[in-house]
Amino acid sequence: MDKLIYFDNNATTKAAPEVVEAMMPYFSDEYANPSSMYSFAKKAALAVKEARGQIKDFLNAASENEIFFTSSGSESANMAIRGVLNSNRNKRHIITSKVEHPCVLNLYQQLEKEGYKVDLIGVNAKGELDLAELKEKISFDTAIVSIMYANNETGVIFPVKEISEIIKSKNPETKFFADAVQAAGKIPVDVQSSGVDLLSVSGHKFHAPKGIGVLYVNPRTLITPLVIGGHQERGKRAGTENVPYIAGIGKAAQLAVDNLKYEAEEVKRLRDKLEANILKNTFNSRLNTGITNRVPNTTNIGFEYIEGELILLHLSDLGICASSGSACTSGSLEPSHVLRAMNVPFTSIHGSIRFSLSKYNTEKEVDYVIDKMPGIIEKLTGISPYQDELEALRKLKGN
Amino acid sequence: MWDYSEKVIEHYRNPRNVGKIDDADCVGQAGSLACGDSLKIYLKIKNGIVTDAKFQTFGCGSAVASSSILTEMIIGRPLDEVKKITNKDIADRLEGLPPEKMHCSVMGHEALEDALRNYEGYVDLDEIVNADKAPKLICTCFNITENQILDAVKHNGLKSVEEVTNFTKAGGACGKCKGQIQDILNAYYKKGEERCELSAAQKVLKINSIIDTQISPELRKDGGDITLVDVDGDRVFVKLRGNCSGCKNSTLTLKTFVETTLRDTVCKDIAVIEVA
Repeated sequence: MDKLIYFDNNATTKAAPEVVEAMMPYFSDEYANPSSMYSFAKKAALAVKEARGQIKDFLNAASENEIFFTSSGSESANMAIRGVLNSNRNKRHIITSKVEHPCVLNLYQQLEKEGYKVDLIGVNAKGELDLAELKEKISFDTAIVSIMYANNETGVIFPVKEISEIIKSKNPETKFFADAVQAAGKIPVDVQSSGVDLLSVSGHKFHAPKGIGVLYVNPRTLITPLVIGGHQERGKRAGTENVPYIAGIGKAAQLAVDNLKYEAEEVKRLRDKLEANILKNTFNSRLNTGITNRVPNTTNIGFEYIEGELILLHLSDLGICASSGSACTSGSLEPSHVLRAMNVPFTSIHGSIRFSLSKYNTEKEVDYVIDKMPGIIEKLTGISPYQDELEALRKLKGN
Repeated sequence: MWDYSEKVIEHYRNPRNVGKIDDADCVGQAGSLACGDSLKIYLKIKNGIVTDAKFQTFGCGSAVASSSILTEMIIGRPLDEVKKITNKDIADRLEGLPPEKMHCSVMGHEALEDALRNYEGYVDLDEIVNADKAPKLICTCFNITENQILDAVKHNGLKSVEEVTNFTKAGGACGKCKGQIQDILNAYYKKGEERCELSAAQKVLKINSIIDTQISPELRKDGGDITLVDVDGDRVFVKLRGNCSGCKNSTLTLKTFVETTLRDTVCKDIAVIEVA
């Protein structure tokens, strides 16, 4: 196969051709500033309004006024958390989970330096959040709880509705921010029924381009802006509207709503097939999450006694794109903080591979990866110094 | 995506000399499974020559490439040559490694050293000299000792904590030992400056010789010159002559050139003072 097989859709996705088409008019034709007072600006202003409506429907928000466009998921998270804290300076306690995306975890680390008291909630071996611990930690002083909707590395879905009920039962004033970057477009995200106060999504994770994000804020939640300047986004986020990208994320949201059934059925079927066959055909593999509630496109498999980057490089030689939680690929010298929080055994944490599919993947591609995986694993276990341990595993699997 | 050289790519795709030598004369080991990379190297040695070498590696592309090329570098070579191989040699033969991956070459070198230590009849002079010093553990996350850090600093001219982390992994996890690494670096580079413990007469002679051989020739190029007038402790009194005297840049010359040169070569506390 000469073709690229892109199984890394949790990292980023291909912009849908329909999305690119929807963006094109707003670069060189309808390039007006939507705030301008002539009729030439009307189409640009309408494009922004239409996209806001599409996002409102996508998230089932009550009003378009609850939708704010930003540059990215990271900006949305920063705007949500800092925005809430700055508008409520009396409360000094903040909570998040140990498995959040760095845009939340590193911000919390910074906030801790600035004097906030931080609690990090743990997960079990399946990657499921410790709800009892969360309940216990919430106090009168808790300003905000940030918990992701679904985890980027494992795909594990957190029970957002239940979390929201726990938070409100303990302290109705505590705000709940859900980072839904990895959930949006993969499973239905409903800001009303889930009871969140703030929620972020990122366009490039559901076939819009990079550089556009959204923050949902419900009307009961006050935030101060991060970017101060003009009146745009009702004074909450200054900067001339990025009209083409806003049109793009609106279109992507509309496509995503229509595609949810396909995600839940077909993408899930392909993921399950890939996962089951890799686990069956390789003797040293384990499903890092075990069976639990996950987004339909993601699987995270650990290969014992071999290292993840080396697996990725061999996959890449075959045109297959995936990612790993190994130390060598994490940018630090430690393996993934998510897998560590789950206590994934150190024999397999460095050999963890995440495959994340999208609607653009085909059964043929899945079959190709299923076909090639055992050969790669066989070659790499042959280089490993842990031959005795591998032999024991091979026997175990044989039985 | 790492910017790996063609050589690195070729070696992780087709590693040479993979496996185990059952009747090896010595085996060396470095790294650990928990830390994310480990390496075993097996050597056959006959009449002081490495006749065969094989390796097994758990690690990333550059770790496998470092091990693979190391076996090629030592097979057929005499022991005294093999002993001189440094991690830098390994990285150079691979046409370079990304800075963050230099620790892979260090691991290769450590495994080789370990193998040679385990080889009967091989005497490591450094080992005997330092036998009374127990290795001091600096990085507890990756089990890196002070000696390992010093070796990497010495062989690769590392200057910053970040570089030490790239080469040895020390400080790359919890980061608590970064202060200690800085202390090691400070101590190492201070050693060069301890030449201040010269006697007063030695110091005068040394300053005089540096002025004659390094400073004066440079000033003469610009039509000036310098004479040493007196030395009092760390204060060095000089007279500028020719074009230098009265030049509006003379203070600059004194401070940036004369003083820096003397500080670098004689003692870091030297202050140069111009006398009329």
